[in-house]
Amino acid sequence: MHPALLGLITIIVGVSGCIGYFYGSNLLLDKVLFPASGPNIGRNISRRELIRPWLFLFPAILALGLYLAYPVVATLILSFQERGAGGVRTFVGFENYTQMFAEPKFIEAMRNNVLWLVVVPAAATGFGLLAAQLTDRLRWGNIAKSIIFMPMAISFVGAAVIFKLIYEARPEDVAQIGVLNHLYLLFGGDAPQQWLTIPFWNSFFLMAVLIWIQTGFAMVILSAALRGIPEETIEAAIIDGANPFQIFFKIKVPQIMGTIVVVWTTITIATLKVFDIVFAMTNGQWETQVLANYMYDKLFRANDWGMGSAAAMIIMLLVTPILVWNVYNARKEMR
Amino acid sequence: MDGLSGKKPAVVWLLNISVVVLVALWLFPTLGLFVSSFRTSEQITASGWWSSLFPAQQTLQLRALDPDDNRIETSAGVFIVEGNVLEGDYADVNIDSWGTSSRDPNAFTIGDTADLGEGETMTLNADGTYVWQGNDDQISGRGQRLFVIATLPPEFTTNNYRNVLLKEGNSENMAKAFFNTLTVVIPATIIPILIAAFAAYALAWMDFPGRALLIATVVGLLVVPLQLALIPLLQFHNAIGIGKGYLGVWMAHTGFGLPLAIYLLRNYMVGLPRDIIENARVDGATEFQIFTKIILPLSFPALASFAIFQFLWTWNDLLVALVFLIDSSGETTVMTKQIVELLGTRGGDWEILATSAFISIAVPLLVFFMMQKYLVRGLLAGSVK
Repeated sequence: MHPALLGLITIIVGVSGCIGYFYGSNLLLDKVLFPASGPNIGRNISRRELIRPWLFLFPAILALGLYLAYPVVATLILSFQERGAGGVRTFVGFENYTQMFAEPKFIEAMRNNVLWLVVVPAAATGFGLLAAQLTDRLRWGNIAKSIIFMPMAISFVGAAVIFKLIYEARPEDVAQIGVLNHLYLLFGGDAPQQWLTIPFWNSFFLMAVLIWIQTGFAMVILSAALRGIPEETIEAAIIDGANPFQIFFKIKVPQIMGTIVVVWTTITIATLKVFDIVFAMTNGQWETQVLANYMYDKLFRANDWGMGSAAAMIIMLLVTPILVWNVYNARKEMR
Repeated sequence: MDGLSGKKPAVVWLLNISVVVLVALWLFPTLGLFVSSFRTSEQITASGWWSSLFPAQQTLQLRALDPDDNRIETSAGVFIVEGNVLEGDYADVNIDSWGTSSRDPNAFTIGDTADLGEGETMTLNADGTYVWQGNDDQISGRGQRLFVIATLPPEFTTNNYRNVLLKEGNSENMAKAFFNTLTVVIPATIIPILIAAFAAYALAWMDFPGRALLIATVVGLLVVPLQLALIPLLQFHNAIGIGKGYLGVWMAHTGFGLPLAIYLLRNYMVGLPRDIIENARVDGATEFQIFTKIILPLSFPALASFAIFQFLWTWNDLLVALVFLIDSSGETTVMTKQIVELLGTRGGDWEILATSAFISIAVPLLVFFMMQKYLVRGLLAGSVK
């Protein structure tokens, strides 16, 4: 069957299935199981209102449980196992982890991930704040914002192609078509550089891609936060003779600190999971490995599920503090 | 700019200029790809894309007409060949100087009669017309090779798009990948919305034990890296017999998109006015009616926000497609995967890479510019709360 047709059928089956489930189960509850008539009418009504939320929630809980909660547990178990002869998995304790920590490639991935986690959220939030502040109240601010925000719609893979063109190096005697080498030679560089093969610094060239994508996100949210600052606080500061930088750093920034933290952590999570950029641009060569790509290598190239799962658990472990903090905040808000 | 300016003209100027620089910096990379996708491979390798916007000097290798067919004997033993070297590919081109060796295309001046040795001469004009003269021996064999330095007007072509999308039997497969991507994206966007909408309503407006815990769980699952789900779910898909394929990728995208969908929709629905819902309850509407007749229409902005997120995310995704969709036959390949493939195999063919990449980012960009309002609203609801 043609996949597009299959897709159409899936949409119809999926949508009508969902609607049928919700409609049918509610009908069943109201008319058959606990009808609002007969001798037990009061009890029936209260019982069905007890059950209904779960009818509404059931598909979501099933999908969340199966596709997100169960894999966390299953991956944890896999990370303690090794596949022996005949595909039988045996429990090996922390062996996958110790083996992994002894691998130079893993240490390299950890080191790079730490670099990414330090640089990308800081740079993206910083640029985002700068862009938000500068475009605020500018007549063409909305157009400017829209352009800075645009990379958000571009895939990591598309962005990888875009930046590969920027980093492109051609032999010394022909015209440079990569803008970075063009500028490098223009400002006195001696020979065109293969930017992505220079260890250590190449990670920064990859980070530039993610910063370019994430800055717009930071800008949009911080710009809304800046608009939310009460005018009086700023007016008061002007009357007291504060200079623009004092107003920005001492009046505005402290008031949007909460939002800055949210933006920072959101970008941190995106950075932790970064895979496509490295996969498409260097595939971890020249010392640019990161955890997510290391994990993909282990799972699907080396076919080592134990070590791959262990690497995935490391990513999970790094996310956990943010997860706990988010849940804590959400609960605080609900009270 | 209350704080930073005090409306001094110099400061306003500085402000405008810094924003211009910032915007240029963010636009420049995409613009490079866009412009490159409209240049021929020769143009791309000959000069940076930024210079293509202006007339540019370029060295062209041309050849005079075949003397055996075209020569005319003007007087005894003197033959000439006349023609235009720019005929065909290079209309509107101006020749600045020329030579007969690739090492010295500056050897001769335009309009002068150049001595090619032993009485053989050639006159080349800026518009490409030439007169080539010599004896029987010299004006025979193949046409004289000419290396000219010419000024070419900015020139763009849509041939790359025609080649990548329409040419039969091309190796890029972008047309197929485009439809495959679309096949992945549409169900993967619609299904989670429905499931999430009902769940979000229950979490927002129904009272039941365990509600707070469920909301906290959803918030927690928001950040769970999908990397953890790859192997267990692949095992699961193999166990229930769907293996790698569309069904698997739709289910995976649904599962991974649900936390954000539930979170966004619940936050929005909680903010709907309580009166409407309670009045409807008093009037005897069932919860199902309240949901479909009141909540769903009112929640349209939130539904649109999530739909855009999910659309962008599934369209741009590589990892989920690699793991759950693309099998060894490659029949179900998506655009992101094709581009990564091209980066590996055709790394230097920028006309193909740029065009393919731009085809894949054009749709999200279109959606982005049309629906930006909802996207921003969704971001704000999802992050600031």
